[in-house]
Amino acid sequence: MTKTLLSLSGISKQFDGKTVLDELSLTIDDGEFITLLGPSGCGKTTLLRMMAGFEHPDEGTVTLSGVDITQTPPEHRPLNTVFQNYALFPHMSVFDNVAYGLKMEKRPKAEIAERVEEALAMVQLEDFARRKPHQLSGGQQQRVAIARAVVKRPKMLLLDEPLSALDYKLRRTMQVELKRLQRELGITFVFVTHDQEEALSMSDRIVVLKDGYIQQLGTPREVYERPANVFTARFVGQTNFFPGRVTKIEGERISVDVFGLNRELSKPSFRVAVNQSLHVLLRPEDIRVLAPDDIEGVAGKIVERNYKGSTLDSVIELEDGSHVMASEFFDEDDPTFDYSIGERVRVSWVDGWEWLLAEEGDEPLTDEEELAADDAEH
Amino acid sequence: MRWLSRSYLALVYLLLYVPIVVLVVFSFNDSRTGYSWGGLSLRWYESLFNNHAMVQAMWNSLWLALTAATVSTVIGALTALALHRYRFRGKRVLNGMLFVVMMSPEIVLAISLLGLFLLLGLKLGYVSLLLAHVTFCLPFVVITVMARLSGFDERLPEAARDLGASDFTMTRTVLIPVIMPALMAGWLLGFTLSMDDVVVSTFVSGPSYEILPLRIYSMVRVGLKPEVNALGTLLLVFSLVMLMLSQWILSRSKQ
Repeated sequence: MTKTLLSLSGISKQFDGKTVLDELSLTIDDGEFITLLGPSGCGKTTLLRMMAGFEHPDEGTVTLSGVDITQTPPEHRPLNTVFQNYALFPHMSVFDNVAYGLKMEKRPKAEIAERVEEALAMVQLEDFARRKPHQLSGGQQQRVAIARAVVKRPKMLLLDEPLSALDYKLRRTMQVELKRLQRELGITFVFVTHDQEEALSMSDRIVVLKDGYIQQLGTPREVYERPANVFTARFVGQTNFFPGRVTKIEGERISVDVFGLNRELSKPSFRVAVNQSLHVLLRPEDIRVLAPDDIEGVAGKIVERNYKGSTLDSVIELEDGSHVMASEFFDEDDPTFDYSIGERVRVSWVDGWEWLLAEEGDEPLTDEEELAADDAEH
Repeated sequence: MRWLSRSYLALVYLLLYVPIVVLVVFSFNDSRTGYSWGGLSLRWYESLFNNHAMVQAMWNSLWLALTAATVSTVIGALTALALHRYRFRGKRVLNGMLFVVMMSPEIVLAISLLGLFLLLGLKLGYVSLLLAHVTFCLPFVVITVMARLSGFDERLPEAARDLGASDFTMTRTVLIPVIMPALMAGWLLGFTLSMDDVVVSTFVSGPSYEILPLRIYSMVRVGLKPEVNALGTLLLVFSLVMLMLSQWILSRSKQ
């Protein structure tokens, strides 16, 4: 039985007449790792700042453990924040940075010393207590920022893109470390990121945001495998969008025409009618690339191949000109498996691995979203 | 060509430093006239310190510079903070007016301040000098502090608030320590400006409070006494010490 820790209801916020959040509601459970994911300008940071108390909603309420904290200033909220650029106090030593919050609580000196040491030990920085922030590397500064925030034993830790300034390898290490910390401390983590990979690997639940609306709220698996709409499907991971047309509906099964292939699929949760167009979504790893003489699938030719170490990623051009991304694991029985550009193949997938989405009014992504989605993939 | 450029540089430095060197050397001259060398002596330093009016003027100047620099640093820092942190009506005008004070000829400021003090019936002396000096020091302090604040991480006050500090505690424990080097630099700038101001001071000082630059000025008018050389040397040493101090503070804060 999970307990609600924080709930936002009917939150709206405008900046200079521009709507950033629109009647947004969200409940966060005690002890979970929840990620706010979205492109820049989607309102995720504003939402986090509202939880911290730096912004106040124009409308709606913020409730923490049943207490309305909508207008409570940040210093009176039992939550702490890890800022994007760490915001360490440059004139204080690491020890004093971490001790700051406890000094504000007017704790006895001995207790402060003990708890600071404990917090520094947790992030493996015991030996750096006397250093100044500028004498530390980015990763170390990051750890100090985390120690400073958790030393007060907050009910909830808010993390605003805390890993975005670190290089790729360090980011992976810190991801694992943050997960470990969250398990050990049992504190609720609210994590803001635009990196979908990070969101998928760390979260218990993901909130996909765009234009101040929640696009989807679910576990990483749900968001990745069963995206609620075209935006989520494109933003989280790579996806092939095949155009499909419903040809027959029979009970829980429907027949869909895709590239001239007639596939029998299970009926989606949205309403379908015969002759309706819909999207058939397939992740690159769900695509099967078959030999050209195979009877199944659609004919095409390889136009791009990318050796990725554990997978071989390829792009196949179908006869109608559309491109299909495929990602295949290396087969132990055939270690030399590879394609050459121009090689003729057939493309298919295993029934049941596809995901259907209704067509939406405003199809193409704007350039900005396209860029954000690209960013998120790297 | 190389020879020419070298000697040109030498000439520039010569013109810059020869007067200062002459001043320092002649402050140790035993001769009564300023033009001939009569051997090494400290007699002018001695007579300087025996000159009661001169010593009094020195203390007056120091006290005035100290108070003017402090008052203008406090007001200037608060002004800079207000300009940096808040959006309000007339902000641009206020900002521009600082530059007007800084750029307008000193004589204009001097005349208008004198007019104002006479209008208010303020007795010319320490208070009028202090008000005048604070007026011309203020823009320099504001600009120095603003420059520091523009590089200030806006997340720092938020981090302090997040950790439980009230706005006041945050200002005391985070904001002021971080901008401290700028406050010190502004203070030193104000101190120096106040110390060697002649134009404005001439207008707004009274017989009750004589300050050093005006004292020297009047001494020079009745003929150059070697005492002035000794005084000049002391002032030179003093400003060098202040300069090194400010450099040291700035270099330490950059670490």
